[in-house]
Amino acid sequence: MSSSVESYEAVMARKGEIIRNAVGIDYSRFESGSIAFDYEGMMDSTGYGFEEVRSIQQRYGVGNTPLLELRNITALARRHAAPGKGARIFLKDEAANPSGSFKARRAATSVHHARELGFTGVIAATSGNYGAAVASQAAMHGLDCIVVQECYDSRGIGQPEIVEKARKCEAFGAEVLQLTVGPELFFVFLRLLEETGFFNASLYTPFGVSGIETLGVELHDQMRALTGSAPDAVVVTNAGGGNLTGTARGLLQAGARDTEIIAASVDLSGLNMADDAHFNRKSFTTGHTGFGIPFTTFPDRSDVPRSAARPLRYMDRYVTVRQGEVFYMTEALARLEGLERGPAGNTSLAAAFSIAREMDSSQTIVVQETEYTGAGKHVQPQLAFARENGIEVRFGDPREEVPGTSIVLPQDPSMIAAQDLDLEDLKRRYIKHAVAFAHERLDHAAPASASGAPGTRGVLSFTEADIEFLAAETRSNPDAVERMLREE
Amino acid sequence: MSGETAGKDAWVQIHAVLLSPEQRSGKVPNNTRAVPLEMWVHGFLLNDSARVGDEVEVETAIGRVVRGKLCNCSPAYTHTYGRTLPELAELGRHFSVLKNTLQ
Repeated sequence: MSSSVESYEAVMARKGEIIRNAVGIDYSRFESGSIAFDYEGMMDSTGYGFEEVRSIQQRYGVGNTPLLELRNITALARRHAAPGKGARIFLKDEAANPSGSFKARRAATSVHHARELGFTGVIAATSGNYGAAVASQAAMHGLDCIVVQECYDSRGIGQPEIVEKARKCEAFGAEVLQLTVGPELFFVFLRLLEETGFFNASLYTPFGVSGIETLGVELHDQMRALTGSAPDAVVVTNAGGGNLTGTARGLLQAGARDTEIIAASVDLSGLNMADDAHFNRKSFTTGHTGFGIPFTTFPDRSDVPRSAARPLRYMDRYVTVRQGEVFYMTEALARLEGLERGPAGNTSLAAAFSIAREMDSSQTIVVQETEYTGAGKHVQPQLAFARENGIEVRFGDPREEVPGTSIVLPQDPSMIAAQDLDLEDLKRRYIKHAVAFAHERLDHAAPASASGAPGTRGVLSFTEADIEFLAAETRSNPDAVERMLREE
Repeated sequence: MSGETAGKDAWVQIHAVLLSPEQRSGKVPNNTRAVPLEMWVHGFLLNDSARVGDEVEVETAIGRVVRGKLCNCSPAYTHTYGRTLPELAELGRHFSVLKNTLQ
């Protein structure tokens, strides 16, 4: 990075141009000029069909992960369920991917595409497993890789889980820039894209999200082979929304139209993800409500103009689970099923354990991912770190857990209870953001001009296409959208 | 070389302030705006020799040149499996009793 100082504002003002050069997609092609944009057109624009994505992934060792039945955890769920209840629980062991998580699927097409376009390197802004996935794929393709992560608080204390991911990225030969807390990570990321001319391996391009569609198709085919039918429910850990979007699209492609798609996030309500003082008071660095809810209700907050991850389009239900419940289930997976996996990936397992108890014993529910584990990224160091940071760790009723203050391990597995979020409320919030975003773009395109008095807002009129778009975005109908818009 | 100095080509860690508190985005919480945006990165030292605290240049793992203050002459991964928590040991006992009853 050059030592010459350019202001935050100056760099941010060029973000559109920098991103366009760094992802090779002209997003304006898909815009209608008002709220609607051509989502499917954007998804098709990658030029890679499903079979090609799958063949790229196979060439680089990605996908075809095992699907395992969790018989002991199912037996435990049934013990705490009403007679005749307790669905069979299955798990897609995505930790078997080269970089240790499903994120390898997301990285595979992006990195392949970067090389096809002649880029010499790739950059990813992520504190999560995605960095390792991009670094691993870049190593396979002979490309350079930079990972920018938010890692430390202002005391220089790093989240153990993120420190481990830095190590893993470096193990694959990547340069890792570790930053303190703050959304200006994006400013650093933009400057790096300009300086290096590398490809932006964003989590949110169509390349990334289409890579997860293979997971949905595999999962469906494996369930059919094992049980004779598509799963009744699939639980997906939800943060930026790509995991859910890609998996659901894959399930739909495979014909699984009746499978319930359930999002699950760790409840970190009350903690501000951009707050230096809150950073090390959480024990989950992804898969939590601090990402899940903002990205569900406003997907275009991502690092590309239009996100390919649009989870509300596919979500039937959205639940939260508590940190203590996920840690308990991570231990259960190791102790009862012989599978030692990383805690964050087990968010959906905790939710599935709870939801399975509501379902009939003839039904099936799939936990759609696992992730690798290791020093730093494990129940033991994450709980020890919490305690060192003044968080109370104890047994009790998980409902007593207060994010940032306590972690309550369930006294008894019957206490594990996923909490439903109000999906209608999330849809209303989505509509509110979509309208505000359209206004912002309108103001940007035509700032207070001769046609209007100074300070008046450009007039946004909703076309029929806008209403249809919003209905698709929120899985509702035009009447419901019109009603929500009137309430706005 | 001692822990305080490093020679050319040593694998070291540097630190830099990327944005001072005044230069930060207006959109961050007060706790965050009160402190600078800082960065750490590993690389091969390009200076002939340097002491901790010196302004130096390094060549990163991918060959990029980055400036900053030398902060660690022998960087190491120090994250661990953490101290044993009595609660986790207790949880282990809970599952070891449970597992015999499930099949």
